[in-house]
Amino acid sequence: MSLLGKSITQLIKDLKDKKVSKSEIFEYFFARSKKYNSILNSYVTLCSKQSTSVDGLLSGVPLAIKDNFCTKNIKTTASSFILKDFIAPYESTVTQKLKQAGAVFLGKTNMDAWAHGSSTETSDFGPTKNPWDTDRAPGGSSGGSAAAVSAYLAPGAIGSETAGSIRQPASWCGVVGLKPTYARVSRYGVIAMGSSFDCPGPMTQTVEDSALLLQIIAGHDKYDATSSDEPVPDYKKQMLEKRKFTIGLPEEYMVGLDNDVQQKVLESITVLEKMGHRIKKVSLLDPKYSISVYTILQRAEVSSNLARYDGVRYGLDRLHFGAEAKKRIMLGTYTLSHGYYDALYKKAQKVKTLIINDLKRVFSEVDIIVAPPTPITAIKLKEFEKYPFFGETMDKLNEAAAVAGTPAISIPCGLDSASLPVGLQFMGNYFQEGTLLNIAYQFEKETNFFNVIYEGQKKYE
Amino acid sequence: MSKLYPVIGLEIHVELNTASKMFCQCSANYFGKKPNSNTCPVCLGLPGALPVPNKLALEYTIMIAQALNCNINKKTKFDRKHYFYPDLPKGYQISQYDEPVGVSGFLEVDIKEADGYVTKKFGITRVHIEEDTGKLSHIDNDTLVDFNRSSVPLVEIVTEPDFESSVDVKFFLEELHSIIKTLNVSDANMEKGSMRMEPNISLSIYADIKTRKNNLPNYKVEVKNINSFNFAKKAIDYEIKRQTEILESNSIPQQETRGYNEETGKTFSQRKKENAMDYRYFPDPDIPEIEFSPEYILSVKTQIPELPGNKKKRFVNSYKLKEDDARIISKDHNLSLFFEEVLRELKFHTNPKTPQILANCIVNKKIPLNLNKEEFLKKFNELQKPKETDINSLNSAISLVFKTNEAQLKQYREGKTTLLAFFIGQVLKELKGKADPVIVKAELIKKLAQ
Repeated sequence: MSLLGKSITQLIKDLKDKKVSKSEIFEYFFARSKKYNSILNSYVTLCSKQSTSVDGLLSGVPLAIKDNFCTKNIKTTASSFILKDFIAPYESTVTQKLKQAGAVFLGKTNMDAWAHGSSTETSDFGPTKNPWDTDRAPGGSSGGSAAAVSAYLAPGAIGSETAGSIRQPASWCGVVGLKPTYARVSRYGVIAMGSSFDCPGPMTQTVEDSALLLQIIAGHDKYDATSSDEPVPDYKKQMLEKRKFTIGLPEEYMVGLDNDVQQKVLESITVLEKMGHRIKKVSLLDPKYSISVYTILQRAEVSSNLARYDGVRYGLDRLHFGAEAKKRIMLGTYTLSHGYYDALYKKAQKVKTLIINDLKRVFSEVDIIVAPPTPITAIKLKEFEKYPFFGETMDKLNEAAAVAGTPAISIPCGLDSASLPVGLQFMGNYFQEGTLLNIAYQFEKETNFFNVIYEGQKKYE
Repeated sequence: MSKLYPVIGLEIHVELNTASKMFCQCSANYFGKKPNSNTCPVCLGLPGALPVPNKLALEYTIMIAQALNCNINKKTKFDRKHYFYPDLPKGYQISQYDEPVGVSGFLEVDIKEADGYVTKKFGITRVHIEEDTGKLSHIDNDTLVDFNRSSVPLVEIVTEPDFESSVDVKFFLEELHSIIKTLNVSDANMEKGSMRMEPNISLSIYADIKTRKNNLPNYKVEVKNINSFNFAKKAIDYEIKRQTEILESNSIPQQETRGYNEETGKTFSQRKKENAMDYRYFPDPDIPEIEFSPEYILSVKTQIPELPGNKKKRFVNSYKLKEDDARIISKDHNLSLFFEEVLRELKFHTNPKTPQILANCIVNKKIPLNLNKEEFLKKFNELQKPKETDINSLNSAISLVFKTNEAQLKQYREGKTTLLAFFIGQVLKELKGKADPVIVKAELIKKLAQ
């Protein structure tokens, strides 16, 4: 029986029906990962041996984990030279929960070093290639995870998003990427980038798989003082509810798009209308305002969070930071400096409140907001060097939700004229992951994502 | 050169005796443990680790602030204070910047001056909570770091520059120490490092206190590495002398941090502090803001036991103790508890003089304090019994004392009658205390007059 293209949900069923064994599944994905990693450079570390799998909802399911999650006994590098030999003596809460549910880890995936970027090209271990066109970037910073799922090196993966780092690579690689509400999933054990923005989240082939992984990793954690004690609902149940939504389309988000992206997004909106959902024109703050707010706050937090990498207790010293990390540390330090703190950091916090209120206002009129997650499809490798604030500019359509901490999901909605995936995103109100999974699931059932996932995997048969 | 007036402010750190550290669950009791055996990802600053504040430590901080008559901020938060040092694992210390737990307090202290005690009021600027750092040891050319102490809860108390002398400081520190011990929130041991103190010292030309406070000198010198209250006094005295000499030669003392050398009794230059360091404070995004309800703040206050200052007043009012004796006993938390326990046993209300008599025994060390309550009471009751005095032994003793103290005898007879006390003491000593002092006195007066 060929396993190619089976979702996590299907694999679990096959395991239960004893159509396949845990070791067979692991060997299958390990072989694929090993074979294609030399081309795609999806993984920083591949685990040749399957770790013991306990019984649970994910029993025997192999997953790829972004390399900023601390995993005991497996190196955690954040794709940086500084941590190239670092093995954490403790497990992150997310990977601990996955392990407790029976999941096994195929390996740790490549990322922009320290999550600084939107193309996985600032990795100190070489870029990950986009499986759709290996001359192109997969997006970032969770590029390794997105590529692994897209090329079916793993049936599902865990990524993290500070602003766009799940949604954008999901969009460029043609997979499903969910950024949960900030504080929905514990950050304990996730190498911190922007502490008030970082969100661990699932990257999968199907919406149902996304709901399953979110169910496992969501919830309050006593080791993370910011984690929310909002009860975790039954996401699958919420996903399956028969609902019709009022969906807002913000005109400000339809500006400056690639022609193909615009076309595919508008086609998708027509599909939503045909499905019986009501599309309503809404107005949101121009995404450009989010760029400065996010850049200032994120870089300030980055400069602080990287201060611990002094080489005294572990890792190499700060001389080994890459260029992008150094730039962000310098700028972040500047914005926190005496005399600049008020004008920059404090002011950015105030504008953040405006962005939050703006979103809240629109969510009082609509259930969901629809928009493209990125204005363009995957760029060629090395093109990012042209832009000084590439990461933040590329992610401007993702930054409002990042800054506000609201959840959002990116799903494939077609291919452009160069056969590159185009993504569609749904944004929801706080803790409305169920609503997002619901609309995404409906769209998936209606369109099968225009066969994008299938086409992507076919390349790697 | 006109007279110079010391302007001294204090920064005091108190390590709390909570079971756990401030932001993780490691034991806060690190003293004497094998290096780096009391750590975890959080207090080591490992990648991905997150701080979770210790609720009890916050509560203790509120208690200390309330004991120092501070206003408690309804909202408080933690801020990151950035600087690089090998004993600071995260490259920042989690502290409090602009919304500390307590502000604008004061402490009234009885200061012993030449003519007796005077009560002075010292302002407390702020009380906040932060985490301690690791500890460096220097061996030859190497430096070793031990993170056992990293992230232990540390309360910082900053005073107004209200102290005018090293004497002020010494009495203040002793009162503060007494309060901390009464609250039972810390060992407060300066030798062990669970209480640390750094004075800021400068000298002013203004005699009037108000003018002085409104025109603070344009420099100040911080002194570090002071390990006892006595050294604090010595360091301050030395520093005042040093600065006086500089000012009298028409120079201004360098604004800097100086260390104190116990052996030489001198301060020495450590670090120039031209400009204040930029710590780039910002609110720690890993720890949500904390709100205290008025009910909660009140409930913490009700947990505060009677503080030494109030206890002293009560001892004077209720027990009619002499103020000096009341002060000595009330200052020591355990001693004052013992004192009142014994009083209850003695059913002291039947004889209003009993408290003072008991106080005398304690203050003058007539009965050792290491006895348990029963043994103590036994000895006390023994002392109260009028002593059987054997007249023959008494007369022999008096003769012996007169023989061996002819000089004093001569002086007495020449008019130095204050020597009576000396003779009473000598006779009692000779009789090994087995005599009624009243009878001894009467007999001596008779014999001395002969």
